[in-house]
Order: sequence, then C-alpha cells, then structure tokens
Amino acid sequence: MSIEQVVGLYNYWIVVFLMMTGFYIVIARTNLIKSIIGLNIFQTSVFLLYITMGRINGGTAPIIPAVVADAHAHAHPADAHATDGPAGHSLHETADELIYSNPLPSVLMLTAIVVGIATTALALALIVRIREEYGTVEEDEILELDRYS
Amino acid sequence: MTTFPIIRVVTKLLIPYILLFAFYVQFHGDFGPGGGFQAGVILASGLILYGLVFGLPAVQSVAPPRTIERLMALGVLIYAGTGIATILLGGKFLDYSALEHNFYPHYFPSGQHLGIFLVEAGVGVTVTSVMTMIFYAFAGRNSVE
Amino acid sequence: MNLIAFAILALLAATAVTVARMRDLWAAIMFTGIYSFLSASWMLILDAPDVAFTEAAVGAGIATVLMLSTLALTGKEERATTRSPLIPLLVVTVTGGALIYGTLDMPHFGDPSDPIHLYPNPSFVEKSQEDMHGLPNVVTAILASYRGYDTLGETTVVLTAGIAVILILRRDESHPEQQESP
Repeated sequence: MSIEQVVGLYNYWIVVFLMMTGFYIVIARTNLIKSIIGLNIFQTSVFLLYITMGRINGGTAPIIPAVVADAHAHAHPADAHATDGPAGHSLHETADELIYSNPLPSVLMLTAIVVGIATTALALALIVRIREEYGTVEEDEILELDRYS
Repeated sequence: MTTFPIIRVVTKLLIPYILLFAFYVQFHGDFGPGGGFQAGVILASGLILYGLVFGLPAVQSVAPPRTIERLMALGVLIYAGTGIATILLGGKFLDYSALEHNFYPHYFPSGQHLGIFLVEAGVGVTVTSVMTMIFYAFAGRNSVE
Repeated sequence: MNLIAFAILALLAATAVTVARMRDLWAAIMFTGIYSFLSASWMLILDAPDVAFTEAAVGAGIATVLMLSTLALTGKEERATTRSPLIPLLVVTVTGGALIYGTLDMPHFGDPSDPIHLYPNPSFVEKSQEDMHGLPNVVTAILASYRGYDTLGETTVVLTAGIAVILILRRDESHPEQQESP
C-alpha cells in the first residue's frame, strides 16, 4: 500500500470506522435511546461520506465572489449580450481561475440532516410511548413482557 | 425552569441576537451560507432556549401551539403555492422564470431570485414551527411515575 | 491545515468510541453533541459551509435538547447488559473490513478527475450565474430552484414527521387549549 493510496483514501476509512462504531452501538446495546444515539452516529458518517466526495483539492466553497455575481445581477436579461464587452471578459477570467468544490453533495445532505432530525424526533416520541406502556426502554425486557402478556 | 439568575439574564441578553441571526441567515441565504432549513432550526432553538429557561407556559404565550400548528402547514402551502402561481403565470410547476417582472427589478427580486426567496421562506416557516412543535410535545409530557 | 483536519478526525473517532463505551446516557448524549460539532468542523474544512451550519445547529442544538427531554421522561441509566459483546464486535469487524476492502477501488480524495466532479459537467456552477441572474450561493440555487421538487418533498417529510410526533405524544384529556376553546 503506497502513501498516495493512504492520502487518497483515509477519508473513507474514517467514515467506515465511524459508521461501524454506530452500527456496533445499534446491535450491541439493548437500551433504545442508546440505539438512537448509535443511529445518529451512523447517519452523520453517511453525511461525511458524501461531503468528502464533493471536495476538490485547492477548491473553495461553492459561493461565487460578489464581483462576479454582481456583474450578472445587474445585467438585465434583455441586455445580457450587450455587457459581454471587454469588461465582461476579464470578469469571466477571474471566475475561471477559481475552482469550486462540488455543491451537489452539500445540497443532498442539507435536506437529509433536517429530515434526519425530524425522523429522530419521531423515534424518540415512540420511545416515550413505549416507556409509558411497558415501564422500561430495554429491548429484551420489552420482548419478555410481550411474551408473557 | 431555572431560578439561577445568571442563566436567566444571559438568556435574555442572547435571545434577541439568536433571532436576529436566524433572520440574517434566512434572508442572506441567497448570498452566503444559509437558507430556510438553517434559519428555521436557529429560530426554533431560540424559542426552545426561552422555553428551557423560563418554562413552557412562558414560551407558549409567545408562540401559542395553535398558531404554530397552523404555521407548520402554512410553510408547505407557501412552497407549493409558489409552484401553483408559476403555473397560473404560464410556466411549469416551480419554474420561477414565470415570476419575471419589470417593476424596479434592481430593487425587488425578480424571476428566479424571487422564486427562491419565496420557497426558502416557506421552508423556514415549516422547519421553525415543526421543531418548536416537537419541543412542545416532549416538554408538555409529564414524567411517568 | 492538514494538521487541524487530522486533530479533528482523531477527536471524532475518540468521541465515537467513548459514546459506544459509555453507560451513563446523559453523558453519552453530551458526547453526541460534541461529535456533531466536530463533524461540522470537518465539513467546514471540506468546503461545505451550508452543511456545517446545519449540522452544528441541528446535531448539537435541537437533537441534544430532544434527547435530553426524552431522557427526563424515561430515566437516565443504561442497564448493564448480560449479553457478550463478542458477536456484535465480530459482525462489525467483518462488515468494516469488507467496506474498507471496497474503498480500495474508490476515487481518491480531492482529486479533480473524480467521476463526481466530471458528471454532470462542472461548468453548471458558472452557468448557474446566468440562470439565476447572479445568485452567489450555488447551493441555495440548486436546493430551491434546480432541485425544487425534491426540496418540496423534503419539506413535506418534515411536516409529516411533526404531525406524527404530535399524534403520538399529545394527550387529549389534559390538553389546555381544548378547555379554552368554546
């Protein structure tokens, strides 16, 4: 295994490690709240997997500098072609020098995080109800109670 | 609810800035990092902080659960309504180019920019009210035994 | 900068392991908040400020509050398990080994010639400026406009989850507003 491979792949290894820690918590612990914590860790590792894929070395966040953006903002659609003179050219060159990291994974994960917290809240609500009905949040005790009911 | 004075005073000092920051993130989301999802969560965390320190009745008199319930649906309605509006203006569903107008376009957002503004507002309203409502649901529940 | 990233990753791994080993649920939830902050820091280094922002607000703020309020309703000690941790450990090691074997063929981190950066054509970032009349934040532009249908769906999912939580946790008889309403 070469150094190049380690530098190129360490992000995946970290993600796999975190993912497996979360997975371990989910399968090894019987406490339902602890399982939700494990799921959260698992979920965050998936976010990190996507975000690391969007990164470009030497890139910057996908937010266009104000100079470039303003040129487009004040170019009304009707006279967009008229402004494409010498000044427009130099602006395009500054824009070309910048490398933007990929915005697509950011978009996907942004919505996933908020949906994730909403579903986590749903799971926690179910746990509260389970506790009220069974008097415990330990998985094996709940199964035991179900068997003898 | 806590009676510890430092927490109460610091919370009162912090909350205006949290709310201000939430609105900044909401309305500046087109220009810098931010947008409806983040702003909604920050605004809700301001309300939740108030609820944690001053008690549930205090925060529920600021943001009554009945209003919050309606706001939950209103946000999605704003979002989908923007889509319907673009259809009525002759475009496709959520095709904001139909929102183009010539009423001082340099000062008022137009076209895509206006569409994104409306949609983010809808997202912000829904996320704020859902997060606040979830907190109400958990905090309003009495501990068993 | 690599040094900072390395420190954050080491802390991230250490926090995750601490959470797994911990019996006290209250402390474990606090460590989950720290874990969220650390992953938000790494996301910031990875040029995703929008996501870092959301993760810090959601993971360290709302999620911690919700879990603590659940804990107040259920009790905060985790019962010591009688089960042996050997089988879960074996499963996790085998799965992790398989996944790491799978990563050996993955495109390298930060390489501009990775498939994700070539398809779709990366010029869409610059082109979005013409479509959006100069909206600087490309993430917002994609979120609300190009992928508008998707975000509408996500917003509806958030609404649905909120309604479901109300339906599960609301008590009809002790609900104060029903007494107020005529």
